[in-house]
Amino acid sequence: MTLELSHLNRRFAEYQALDDVSLEIAPGEFLALLGPSGSGKTTLLRILAGLDYPDTGSVLKDGKDFLATTARERNIGMVFQHYALFRHLTVLENIAFGLRVRPWRKRPSRAVIRERVERLLKRVQLDGLGRRYPSQLSGGQRQRVALARALAVEPDILLLDEPFGALDAQVRVALRRWLRELHEELQLTTVFVTHDQEEALELADRVAVMNNGRVEQVGSPEMIYQQPATPFVCEFIGKVNRFTVRRNGAGLAAGGWKPEDDPWQGRHTEAVAYVRPEQLRLAVPASQPAWEARLRHIYLAGSVAHLELQVESLEQPLEADIASEDLSRLGLQAGMELRVAPRGAVLFPRDGQGATINHERWIWHARSPVPA
Amino acid sequence: MRRQVLPGFGLSFGYALTYLGLIVLLPLAALAWKATGIGFHGLIQLLSGPRTLAALRLSLFGALLAASINAVVGLLIGWVLVRYRFPGRRLFDALVDLPFALPTAVAGIALTTLYAPNGWLGRWLEPLGIKVAYTPIGVLVAMVFVGFPFVVRTLQPVLASLERDVEEAAESLGARRHQTFFRVILPMLAPTLLTGFALALARAVGEYGSVIFIAGNIPMHSEIAPLLIVQKLEQFDTAGAAALGVALLLLSFLLLVVIALLQRWSNRWAERAA
Repeated sequence: MTLELSHLNRRFAEYQALDDVSLEIAPGEFLALLGPSGSGKTTLLRILAGLDYPDTGSVLKDGKDFLATTARERNIGMVFQHYALFRHLTVLENIAFGLRVRPWRKRPSRAVIRERVERLLKRVQLDGLGRRYPSQLSGGQRQRVALARALAVEPDILLLDEPFGALDAQVRVALRRWLRELHEELQLTTVFVTHDQEEALELADRVAVMNNGRVEQVGSPEMIYQQPATPFVCEFIGKVNRFTVRRNGAGLAAGGWKPEDDPWQGRHTEAVAYVRPEQLRLAVPASQPAWEARLRHIYLAGSVAHLELQVESLEQPLEADIASEDLSRLGLQAGMELRVAPRGAVLFPRDGQGATINHERWIWHARSPVPA
Repeated sequence: MRRQVLPGFGLSFGYALTYLGLIVLLPLAALAWKATGIGFHGLIQLLSGPRTLAALRLSLFGALLAASINAVVGLLIGWVLVRYRFPGRRLFDALVDLPFALPTAVAGIALTTLYAPNGWLGRWLEPLGIKVAYTPIGVLVAMVFVGFPFVVRTLQPVLASLERDVEEAAESLGARRHQTFFRVILPMLAPTLLTGFALALARAVGEYGSVIFIAGNIPMHSEIAPLLIVQKLEQFDTAGAAALGVALLLLSFLLLVVIALLQRWSNRWAERAA
């Protein structure tokens, strides 16, 4: 079952929620729609669920027009952001709802419904809580009831809108892993919306990064992280240092550092460069180009230490991440002077107006990577 | 005693009790006291009289029916006012309160003029064999009129707070529109709907002014219990009037208790939450 979304547009009074969105969803895949609020990700999900319709564009399911089917007939399991449980029904009744409302010819017998609901209850680890009302459950439990209710109708596609948004951090991580295992077990095509990049990268097979109603990049989590297609993706995913690289005579340079190559062969005079904190080398030998930096602060955050470096030649601070255990190995202390250079960077040239030219992206790697 | 963070419980509770006692309980006690004047035998005789029974029956069943009609129509109108945006919505919304604002006698005269055999509506209904004015149907019409705002006004805030996503969830689980309504929306509205129903009922049972004009007050046919009370008062039979009043009061109270129990049952999912 393949879903093919092409050239979707959806305009609300004030803004363009979807701007020419095309996307393909493969059978059994786990796709994340990732973006900040207002990026159109929820609108896209609602269109898939049949709860909203695009102004133009088409959605095909195995080549057939999916938009012509009503929400009721799409056979979709939807989990809403605030769960949307029926608060006047018990957990059991909530889960059975989708089966009980079927026309009698397609409705399973009471015994079958009962058996299926009990099985789902066990699967979402809520056995024994079937007689409770939603108001008597915790957030994580409600979330799982919503999921069981959606799975009860044996949907072709599972849609989740910010599934972990309202949960506290610990429950969120546990539920995330559990959902991933469930997906591996059921092999159900799943699309979920999130604004949390960590969640998207950890869970999904593929991530579609959205911004201002457009899909900025679609790809595997590794690709999104290591080869971001646009400056937006660089900045939205993970932490990143940004600085400007200028043409200086023949080559490109920023402060004391030079990338040495030039894929643009002298065409662009300015580019914006992104370096991830873990891509900074901290003790570069004097023979190689680097920035003179002063270590201002060390923030120890468990397994990782965040270092705040002030680079005078760039007139801005940089952030570097290293494993905590390397702190003492390298003898790092606040106030030290260090020679710092990137191990890898993503560069986007700028045109005369200062806008980036995304299709001329350059992924740069240091020629002889030296471990930090 | 436990320390309380929010102050003023003693004062406000005492005030509320005093007020309730003075405004509600004292007059009722006086009524009951007066009613004892006719003695047990007199009471039985009064209440078993066919005219009294007919009047009580009309008042109670008329009020029940009127409140039921109001519950259905009120839900519909509340729904339209909350869910849809259309020109004149605010005006429509304001009109709902008119039965509250109108002096009941004026309402009664207006309804009578409309439904009398030569009135604007009555003249069209008469050939169809439907007589409204001076019949129990007229009583019903007046009771529906005065009780109408209660259901709309109690439901409106609850309708406004109904989450859209719950209906969407039902829809995407395959429920048809009527299934969504009867299985999801109505059960969630039931407690509030019952509150509105009870208010409309209480108002209709006690309604006097607007009903007597349109009812025609034919004994055994279109005479309501409050009218009997007024008639007894005019004959200086205070004790008889009070006894009848107590009877009416007890019946109403019984109905309200039943409604309260129903309400509690329909709200069981919220009750257990604590």
